[in-house]
Amino acid sequence: MYGNVDGIESSDEGALPAGVEAALQELFDQLIADDQRIEPRDWMPDGYRKTLIRQIAQHAHSEIIGMQPEGNWITRAPSLRRKAILLAKVQDEAGHGLYLYSAAETLGVDREDLLDLLHSGKQKYSSIFNYPTLSWADMGAIGWLVDGAAIMNQVPLCRCSYGPYGRAMVRICKEESFHQRQGFEILFTLSHGTPAQHAMAQDAVNRFWWPALMMFGPPDTDSPNSEQSTAWGIKRFSNDELRQRFVDMCVSQAEALGLTLPDPDLQWNSERQHHDFGAIDWAELTRVIKGDGPCNAQRMARRVSAHEDGRWVREAAQAYAAKHRAGKVPAGAAA
Amino acid sequence: MWEVFIRARRGLSHQHVGSLHAPDAEMALRNARDVYTRRGEGVSIWIVPSSAITASSPDEKDPFFDPAMDKAYRHPTFYDVPEGVSHL
Repeated sequence: MYGNVDGIESSDEGALPAGVEAALQELFDQLIADDQRIEPRDWMPDGYRKTLIRQIAQHAHSEIIGMQPEGNWITRAPSLRRKAILLAKVQDEAGHGLYLYSAAETLGVDREDLLDLLHSGKQKYSSIFNYPTLSWADMGAIGWLVDGAAIMNQVPLCRCSYGPYGRAMVRICKEESFHQRQGFEILFTLSHGTPAQHAMAQDAVNRFWWPALMMFGPPDTDSPNSEQSTAWGIKRFSNDELRQRFVDMCVSQAEALGLTLPDPDLQWNSERQHHDFGAIDWAELTRVIKGDGPCNAQRMARRVSAHEDGRWVREAAQAYAAKHRAGKVPAGAAA
Repeated sequence: MWEVFIRARRGLSHQHVGSLHAPDAEMALRNARDVYTRRGEGVSIWIVPSSAITASSPDEKDPFFDPAMDKAYRHPTFYDVPEGVSHL
C-alpha cells in the first residue's frame, strides 16, 4: 500500500551454519503458522526484516508528510473549536509517525537513516498526501475518507505478526477514530448549511473519493509483494478486499451526510452482496507514486526544509545536554 | 534513545509503551508526556536510557527459563485438597 520502492539494506550478520539457520527458520515458520508474534531480537528471515523496515518506515513517513495538507488550514479554521480540534489531529499524526519510527528502530535501523531515505526519495509515503487541500471542506473529506481508509487498512495490521508494529497500530487505531468522526462532523455541518457550504463539501468529496480508493494500493492481480506479505502474517487482507469493504461502508455514510459519491457506476449488487463501483484510473496512481502528482515537489521541499531549518534546535538541545552532563553548569542555574 | 514506561493509574504498574529520542532525561520526560499521554493515559512516566536495559537472549530462551518448566509443584493446582476443606 505504501509503495514498492526497496528500503535500506539490513546490516550484514555473520553467516550461520546451515543446520542452525534451517532450525531457526523452522521455528520462525512455526510461530507464524501458530499466529504468534515475532518480537525484537528474535531470529527472522532477512527478507522479513527488510520488508517490515520498508513498510513501517513508509508508514511513518506518511504520517509526517500527512501533517502538511491539514496543517495548511490550521490558521484558517472557521472557529476556535475547529482550530483546536485540527491542531489536535495534526499533533496526533506527528505522534503516530513517532510510534512507527520507534517500531522500525526495534528492527535494527536508525531513524536518521530512514529520514535520509525519505528526503532523497528512496523511500516513499502514501500517495494520497500529494493532493492539495483547496478548501476548509477538504479537512472534512480527509478526516472522513482518508482517515477512514487508513483505519480500514490499519485495523487488520493490529494483528500483524511483528509485535512492535501490531502494538503501535493498536495505539494508532484508538486515536484514529476521532479523526474520522471529526471529518464526518465537518462534512455533516457543511452539507446541512448554506447552499454554498453544501457545494463546498460536495466538491471536496468529489476530489478525494478516487484518491482515497487508491490508498488501498494496486489491484490484487498487480500487487507482487502481497503474496509474501500474507505468508509472513504481515498482510491480513488483500487490497481489493479492503477497498470493497471501504466502498460498502462509505455508501451509507454518504447518504447520512446528504452527499453523493462521484461514481455513476456505483450500485448495489445483490448477487455479490457488495457495491459495484467504477474503474479506477491506475495510471494516475502510478504517476503520483512516481512523483508526478500535484504536490509531490511541495511536500518534499517542505519536509526537507523543516528538517534543515530545525537543525539549530536539535543542535542547541544537544549542546545544552552535553554542557549539563559535563557539570559545567551548576544545577538550577540558567544555561 | 530512551524507553518509556507509563503507569496508567494508581494501583497499576508501569508498562512499556515505546521509545523516543531526546538529548537528556528532562527533555525525554517532556517528550514522553507529549507523545504517549495525549489522552491522559498516564499518571506516572519512567524513562530509561535504552542502553541501560539488559535483555535476556531470545535464542537462549529455553535453556534460560528451563529450571522453572518441570516444577509443577510451585503451582497450587498441583495439590489435592480433600472435599469439604475450605479456605485452602
